[in-house]
Amino acid sequence: MAELTIKERRQIQRHPMLAQEPAERRTNFSEVALGYRLEQAIAEANRCLSCKKPPCVAGCPVEVDIPDFIVALRNGDLDESLRILKSKNSLPAICGRVCPQETQCEIVCVLAKKAEPVAIGRLERFIADWDLERGAETPAVAAPTGRKVAIIGAGPAGLTCAADLAKAGHKVTVFEALHDPGGVLVYGIPEFRLPKDVVFAEVGCLERMGVEFVSDAVIGKLYTIDELLDEKGYDAVFIGSGAGLPSFLRVPGVNYNGVMSANEFLTRVNLMKGYQFPEYDTPVKVGRKVAVIGAGNVAMDAARSALRLGHLWAERTGGEPTVVHIVYRRSPAEVPARAEEVHHAGEEGVIFDFLTNPVELYGDENGNLCGMRCIRMELGEPDDSGRRRPIPIEGSEFDMDVDVVVVALGTSPNPLVFHNADELERTKWGTVKVVDETTGLTTKDRVWAGGDVVTGAATVISAMGAGKSAATDIHRFLMDSDR
Amino acid sequence: MYEILEKVAFSDVTTMLVVKAPEVARKAQAGEFVIVRIDDKGERIPLTIADFDREAGTITIILQEVGKSTLQMGAMQVGDAFANFVGPLGHATEIEKLGSVVCVGGGVGIAPIYPIARALKNGGNHVISIIGARDKDLLFWEDKMREASHELVVCTDDGSYGRKALVTAPLKEILEERGDEIKRVWAIGPGIMMKFVALTTEPFGVKTIVSLNTIMVDGTGMCGGCRVQLKEGAKFVCVDGPEFDAHQVDWELLLARQRFYEEEEQRALEHYRSLLQVETAQS
Ligand SMILES: Cc1cc2nc3c(=O)[nH]c(=O)nc-3n(C[C@H](O)[C@H](O)[C@H](O)COP(=O)(O)OP(=O)(O)OC[C@H]3O[C@@H](n4cnc5c(N)ncnc54)[C@H](O)[C@@H]3O)c2cc1C
Ligand SMILES: Cc1cc2nc3c(=O)[nH]c(=O)nc-3n(C[C@H](O)[C@H](O)[C@H](O)COP(=O)(O)OP(=O)(O)OC[C@H]3O[C@@H](n4cnc5c(N)ncnc54)[C@H](O)[C@@H]3O)c2cc1C
Ligand code: SF4
Ligand code: FES
Repeated sequence: MAELTIKERRQIQRHPMLAQEPAERRTNFSEVALGYRLEQAIAEANRCLSCKKPPCVAGCPVEVDIPDFIVALRNGDLDESLRILKSKNSLPAICGRVCPQETQCEIVCVLAKKAEPVAIGRLERFIADWDLERGAETPAVAAPTGRKVAIIGAGPAGLTCAADLAKAGHKVTVFEALHDPGGVLVYGIPEFRLPKDVVFAEVGCLERMGVEFVSDAVIGKLYTIDELLDEKGYDAVFIGSGAGLPSFLRVPGVNYNGVMSANEFLTRVNLMKGYQFPEYDTPVKVGRKVAVIGAGNVAMDAARSALRLGHLWAERTGGEPTVVHIVYRRSPAEVPARAEEVHHAGEEGVIFDFLTNPVELYGDENGNLCGMRCIRMELGEPDDSGRRRPIPIEGSEFDMDVDVVVVALGTSPNPLVFHNADELERTKWGTVKVVDETTGLTTKDRVWAGGDVVTGAATVISAMGAGKSAATDIHRFLMDSDR
Repeated sequence: MYEILEKVAFSDVTTMLVVKAPEVARKAQAGEFVIVRIDDKGERIPLTIADFDREAGTITIILQEVGKSTLQMGAMQVGDAFANFVGPLGHATEIEKLGSVVCVGGGVGIAPIYPIARALKNGGNHVISIIGARDKDLLFWEDKMREASHELVVCTDDGSYGRKALVTAPLKEILEERGDEIKRVWAIGPGIMMKFVALTTEPFGVKTIVSLNTIMVDGTGMCGGCRVQLKEGAKFVCVDGPEFDAHQVDWELLLARQRFYEEEEQRALEHYRSLLQVETAQS
């Protein structure tokens, strides 16, 4: 087949990805987006212009050689495509699903100026899924160096750091507080957006590379960081413990039954598989009228989970499906969630109340939530974040009938891990202070940190990027003969 | 996996399990708890560390069968193992030399009060203990409590053993007789008992510590499901507690929060029983 010309490539339309229909998918927790088939992937790959100075690569926080993996794919060399992808990104099946490509690589794609960008994320997912389906290749591992590294937290930061250090031949142990590895990928992001089997397959790959996983290990309680370094004989420690501490609303009535953090709600649903209760033991309250406060990715995940629980409940009992609202104090323009998630939520029937803020929650005589007073807002002058500040409109209060309120207003690092680690300086936001942003080295000797525990709640790929640069520096440190 | 090395049934509904968990035992202290999960489908269940043996590498837990998970645990045998056993969690009891102290254990709360009484006695305090249960069958560890205390009062609600009284009755008498001597009271048991202990000690101005048993998920401060309202604001029981000043606690809210999942708990129990029936029918 003759090579396509640039003009011909530009004429190809972006290929949609198969997805479950909204009416169907809101009654199950299976994945919404179904991925490309080989023909679609090759056809989409044909759109890439293989730019000489590809802006997409610069837009990618871990600088995946995007045009190279796309060209290998369209040439039918999937092995090579995977090799290129994995040389920079050790968790491509995850990133292909949850990265905000629309603000990273795809937004800067040259095609985006006149038409739609190359669907880089979908192609990444295609290659990664192809690899997982065939049982996933185990990357080569260097000869043992005899050095030991302890990683705290099995989220994307910790997993990436572990993968790179294992590849370099170091003995790596990952200590995870929960019973399953994955961090937010398993307890926060729902099955319908990121199937847990995908996460476990990526973890399985690390295990085959020799990484040891210790679950049920709450660092700060079971061992302190000093004990890992001194008693357990680790040469270095990487902290990737995330930002898991929920913020609550500061309004009267937040402790009524039915008011919960998005962390609690999502953990019950995802990690504990509450949507399969009673087959799985952990229950999760299925509200009849649910309000989710906030409009980030976390809020969208909570709202869409609540909707699904409500439809499953309605199927079982013959009742009316749950009504789910997103209550957000700013306007649609300021919504921090990914556009795709907002779109999906809307399609599934989530109702958006913009410029609305809760002021009080009401409970009944049993202490159960039974209502929420809200106030309408208007936008004033820009605030510190550069966004227009929402101001309450006097006299605009109104009551909403709710029985479950899920609070998704951000998180900060959990301080448990820092127990007895005084040399480890932290900022006033509770995040770990790093002395060098490019390496993640902390103020404590032999201790590095990266991901949400340093930046506050951010993204999967930025956490991975931090895990990767820390691994490079830890490797340098471990191999330094003057040590 | 965390193997069960020893099992003692104290009554039809109260069971002691000694579990192999050397790393947890290495660090365990009185007042702390663990979170256990029976299997991959299991809930994360908080249970107090009733005893520990660092040398043997074991943790002792005592459970009262109140619902699906505790029922299933009660049916576990020596050689069976828990899928997960996380700990030690929470803050240890602060043991100081205070003088005379009272330790109150109600029902399964006798288990967690025991290591505290023992530590207080070893710490040079005069320990007066009161243990109580609904009836004789539900009482246990009278011998251990006697050893860990200088004085011991035993009561049952129905009078089937010891004195016929609720634990608050002897507590009140002790406070009336020698209130000035009593420097602190510890109380662990059902929420309702702890509430009434708090009401009993408050007029005497004796600082009272309770160990709260809210519903939990992770036990590490991540979910906030365990939160309790104190006068100074909301706290997370798993990381800020489990021990709190009883006179600070909003008891009505605490008791209401424990009831939040009643309907689902009932469903879980029915589901479990139906599974058991299928199993028995098949064997
Ligand atoms: C609901 C939700 C949806 C999201 N959606 C997206 C999305 O679509 N795209 C995107 O890019 N980002 C998304 N994010 C953000 C993204 O998931 C995080 O930025 C990312 O997971 C951070 O990775 P991490 O490795 O730093 O921490 P985490 O993923 O938080 O992992 C930290 C791990 O450390 C463990 N840990 C904590 N303390 C201890 C301790 N003391 N001892 C041992 N282990 C400990 C935790 O249990 C956890 O497993 C979402 C976040 C949430 C909550
Ligand atoms: C820090 C802490 C320490 C604890 N220590 C012990 C212990 O040493 N031994 C022990 O037997 N139990 C202890 N508990 C309580 C124990 O966790 C619960 O009894 C258990 O979770 C019940 O699970 P289930 O599935 O068997 O019952 P469920 O079906 O969940 O509940 C059945 C019944 O028990 C009540 N219940 C549920 N959870 C609790 C709770 N947390 N506290 C009181 N009642 C509850 C419910 O209201 C319901 O009526 C502790 C709880 C906490 C938070
Ligand atoms: S910018 Fe777009 S067209 Fe250019 S190489 Fe990257 S993906 Fe291909
Ligand atoms: S149990 Fe989740 S924060 Fe305490």
